[in-house]
Amino acid sequence: MPLLKNGSIIIDDWITLGLDDPKPDSGDIVVPYARLLKEWESLTDHDGRLGVIFTNIDRVEALTLFLPRLALIVLPFPSFTDGRAYSLARQIRETGYGRELRAAGNVLPDQVQFMLQVGFDSFEIGDRFTAEVWLKASRQMSLAYQRGLYRTPGQHDVWSERHREAEPWLEQPHAG
Amino acid sequence: MYRYDEFDSQFVNDRVSQFRDQANRRLTGELSEDEFRPLRLMNGLYLQLHAYMLRIAVPYGSLDSAKLNTLAYIAEKWDRGYGHFTTRQNLQFNWIKLEDTADILAKLAEVEMHAIQTSGNCIRNVTTDQWAGAAADEIADPRPIGELVRQWSSLHPEFSYLPRKFKIAVTGSPNDRAAVRVHDIGLRLHLNDRGERGWEVLVGGGLGRTPVIAVTVRDFLPEHELIAYLEAIMRVYNLYGRRDNKYKARIKILVHEIGAEKFRAEVETEYARRPHADTKVEERELQRISAYFAAPQFEKLPRWSATFEEARAKNKDFANWVRTNIAAHRADGYAIVNISLKPEGGIPGDATADQMRVVADLAQRYSFDEIRVSHHQNLVLPHVKRDDLFAIWKVLQASELATSNIGLAGDIIACPGLDYCSLATARSIPIAQSISRKFADLNRQHEIGPLRINISGCINACGHHHVAHIGILGLDKKGEEFYQITLGGSSADSASIGTILGPGFAGEDVPEAIEKIVNTYLARRQPGEEFLAAYRRLGPQPFKEALYAAA
Ligand code: SF4
Repeated sequence: MPLLKNGSIIIDDWITLGLDDPKPDSGDIVVPYARLLKEWESLTDHDGRLGVIFTNIDRVEALTLFLPRLALIVLPFPSFTDGRAYSLARQIRETGYGRELRAAGNVLPDQVQFMLQVGFDSFEIGDRFTAEVWLKASRQMSLAYQRGLYRTPGQHDVWSERHREAEPWLEQPHAG
Repeated sequence: MYRYDEFDSQFVNDRVSQFRDQANRRLTGELSEDEFRPLRLMNGLYLQLHAYMLRIAVPYGSLDSAKLNTLAYIAEKWDRGYGHFTTRQNLQFNWIKLEDTADILAKLAEVEMHAIQTSGNCIRNVTTDQWAGAAADEIADPRPIGELVRQWSSLHPEFSYLPRKFKIAVTGSPNDRAAVRVHDIGLRLHLNDRGERGWEVLVGGGLGRTPVIAVTVRDFLPEHELIAYLEAIMRVYNLYGRRDNKYKARIKILVHEIGAEKFRAEVETEYARRPHADTKVEERELQRISAYFAAPQFEKLPRWSATFEEARAKNKDFANWVRTNIAAHRADGYAIVNISLKPEGGIPGDATADQMRVVADLAQRYSFDEIRVSHHQNLVLPHVKRDDLFAIWKVLQASELATSNIGLAGDIIACPGLDYCSLATARSIPIAQSISRKFADLNRQHEIGPLRINISGCINACGHHHVAHIGILGLDKKGEEFYQITLGGSSADSASIGTILGPGFAGEDVPEAIEKIVNTYLARRQPGEEFLAAYRRLGPQPFKEALYAAA
């Protein structure tokens, strides 16, 4: 599946493994959370980067232990109206995790800007919409009322614009 | 009245262009209806039985003449010449075309209005006391906090796809007129010994299928922590609220299922571990907003107005209107005028474009250009000189806006029901109309005294029937509409949920049933005892007997 990342569409070079798929000797692999729990000892020694596919009902606290080794966290949208992953994404970013955070499942252009704002930085996109539609949708709103969101160029938050004379607001570093 | 600065304007204008683009993509078929649905809902556009309905946000129920005149303009240009004020202090147009919606939103943006988040599973328009800033009993005006919450909740990226809709109400008065106990979150202002402001945070109240009174999770939350704490509550709800059954998805069910203690613990854990710097309520921002709500420059007037007293003594109709439709203002010589949108036999909450213009004009001339929408579906002129009351009453009278029944039997709340709403199981408007005709005699209404009758056209309870003294719920049994009656509900301070009396009634028998209930009350009340107090003293038994005995 193609990925939307940093404003362009790229090929996903991660190898996605199911619960029982044999693990290759090297290469970047991403595994379900259940497998991470079960095979942590061997996975941590894997020759290559390691990623995890989290589910909607897992708690982020449980992930803390593994975070330093992870280079990719995939959060699922079983349907685009299921908003749990927005909160999970922010919780994960609030732990200080700075590497790739990917939205998978039912991801649609009109939700991408919200996803960027809570800290996602890559998106599994189907082939239904053109790159242009994705990019346009990802910058529909130039302002956000909330502070402390992840922002893309050209996007501002109302508070900082409104109170320019105040202490400059520390930008959240954008991951990835 | 809050005024947009360049950023608020830009935000709303961006939103209009975004919606124009989304609507075009729907019209060309690029977006499926399923994909478009949540997008249009978050812009207040519903698909109803016969047409689209556009619900326009009236944040915390505040309007000025420019806004109300624009609503009148929209009613005439794009709808059928009238609009419907709702129990959430909003305005609905029932006959809208998808193709016109972006133009309507652009027109609204010109007067600093929008329809953002008036529907959908997101944080809805925040509501408050319709007498905010005017009431004699108020600790402080709740609208600055209402505006702060409006901005924070607008297109919040984390909380736009919640398990279900989410409603917040704010009150700054010890006498709760905002029904904070039956909202997903209710906020209630208190002052501590040192005169500092803090907010009591109530969570998990609601009506609908499972009416619940909210529980208090914080007694006194310092004001600068308000947004951070709301975020913690919202996050717990977003993560753990049920998504498998839409009837169990409101926060009240989560609070109920895990228990108030566990819920509070989850919120506190979430709250404690979050960085709060970016959600702190900044003093400078609160001051900026509050400045817009500074009290108008009231004249120094004597408490006693000779003009007013004379008119009242001479004109009985005016005196009656004063008795029910006028409330105490905090400034001497001023009064709060409540305009009833409940004429005999009328549709509760409907106003024609002409009526809107009349009220807008009165506000401009007599009420510092302020108008409020009440959750009882009436309008309010909050700051009127007592000297001007008689002149205002005459103008209202000429436009069928002077019915003196505020808080009485004719002041019925009714949802749109089966005449418009696709979820309805029964009609509610015709029932309201027939009850209103039954109690047409205003002298009798005054004799009966305060009485709240609310009607919902289905179990979703948009008509707030659970918290009515007399609640009426329209249901469907094998294709026949029938109506269940509840007694003893209240959304005021001592909030309570009404009790079902017994088997339901056919629509045509409802007015007679209400009459019997009222007669039972009249026969048994003690001197000065209002309906609710009498019901609480007597219990349901005598009313049951009157309704079902010898049937
Ligand atoms: S109570 Fe039911 S019928 Fe009435 S507006 Fe709500 S959903 Fe529609």
